[in-house]
Amino acid sequence: MNIKKIMWTALVAVIAGGFILLAGTPRSHAAGPGDKAPDSIEVKIDNFSFGAMKLTVSAGTTVTWINNDDVPHTVVSEDKTTFRSKALDTGDKFSYTFTKPGEYPYFCSVHPKMMAEVVVQ
Amino acid sequence: MSKYIHENQDADGVDRRGFLRCMAWAGTGALCVLRGGVLKSFALSDIMQGKIGNMTGDLSFVQISDSHIGFNKDANPDVTATLRAAIAKVNALPTPPAFVLHTGDLTQLSKAEEFDTLAESLKSLKTEKIFYVPGEHDVLNDNGQMFHERFGQKAQGDGWYSFDQKGAHFIGLVNVLNLKAGGLGSLGPQQLEWLEKDVSGLKSSTPIVVFAHIPLWSVYPEWGWGTEDSAQALSYLKNFGSVTVLNGHIHQTMQKVEGNVTFHTASSTAFPQPQPGQAPSPGPMKVPAEQLRGVLGITDVNFVRGKHTLGITDSTLA
Repeated sequence: MNIKKIMWTALVAVIAGGFILLAGTPRSHAAGPGDKAPDSIEVKIDNFSFGAMKLTVSAGTTVTWINNDDVPHTVVSEDKTTFRSKALDTGDKFSYTFTKPGEYPYFCSVHPKMMAEVVVQ
Repeated sequence: MSKYIHENQDADGVDRRGFLRCMAWAGTGALCVLRGGVLKSFALSDIMQGKIGNMTGDLSFVQISDSHIGFNKDANPDVTATLRAAIAKVNALPTPPAFVLHTGDLTQLSKAEEFDTLAESLKSLKTEKIFYVPGEHDVLNDNGQMFHERFGQKAQGDGWYSFDQKGAHFIGLVNVLNLKAGGLGSLGPQQLEWLEKDVSGLKSSTPIVVFAHIPLWSVYPEWGWGTEDSAQALSYLKNFGSVTVLNGHIHQTMQKVEGNVTFHTASSTAFPQPQPGQAPSPGPMKVPAEQLRGVLGITDVNFVRGKHTLGITDSTLA
């Protein structure tokens, strides 16, 4: 058996394992109409941009942003009042729980060209 | 052909050898000399090497920028050391500058201890006075309150001010507050109104020097390198014969002459940033450690009013 074959076998095993895990998850988290995302989700900030330009979540979801850049960023709702993080240094996180459906455009107040949106259903 | 060497379009006579030589020099900033209403600036390194002769004028001052005290990542693990190198360079000038302008981003994270380190370091500058304007890194969590308490003496509104020196009028502007989503640097209506009044009584022959953190010209809007209402600010200055605009923020020297206005950006004392569009983002640019001080240390620009050539000698030394 060559290396390639071993890799393929490993990959198939991992995928199969994944299916088994999925099958074992509670019904409420199984994919289906109306389910957009789990109750918590992480958005990475890299290279002066937010990891998800438009993120759709269900009401009650907590979104956590993590800054992976060498420079500080902020996460601020466009109205500047709904949510507003402090400056996030490298590795710092900010979380906000979206309780009401709606569209929530936000930006980095240090680098305002950085914009993205959370849509809550 | 994907890799080639650009021709030297600025006729500054700097070749690779010259560039490597400049790397032996740490330091940053430009010495500005006002002579008969014309502002000229010289690279500190050229002056130190005795390459520039008569620099006596009516007034000389130095601009330093973007010290980012508190930054400690790969691009420069010791920004305090490179700031000290810049100070040493200023202090070695044959003619001490009348004052020094710091054009913002004193700190990385607007922390009290970072402001302390910056202020403590600059105490060793041999000059009468230091004038500051904030960068966006200095106003992160408190809308600039801590900055203004420490560095914004006699400032108006959100921190803008002006002063006169030897017949020239200096204006420090703040364009890093209340930024809007999707926008650029911003001066705001209140500051613009103040500016219009501030210059209204001046003779058109008065040399004007404006300094602010983010460039007051559109360097690269895609990276936020510009100020959305700068055109209006400049419209108040259109009748003056000599207007010089000094900015920081982009961690590299650039110059543009437009009519009566000469725009110039200074190097950082902390780390370089990529040229516009030459990287995925404007984040700190990593260079080999032995090259760092060379990349920081050089500004060599000549301002001559009325000359239509750009006169850009970029940041390199020969």
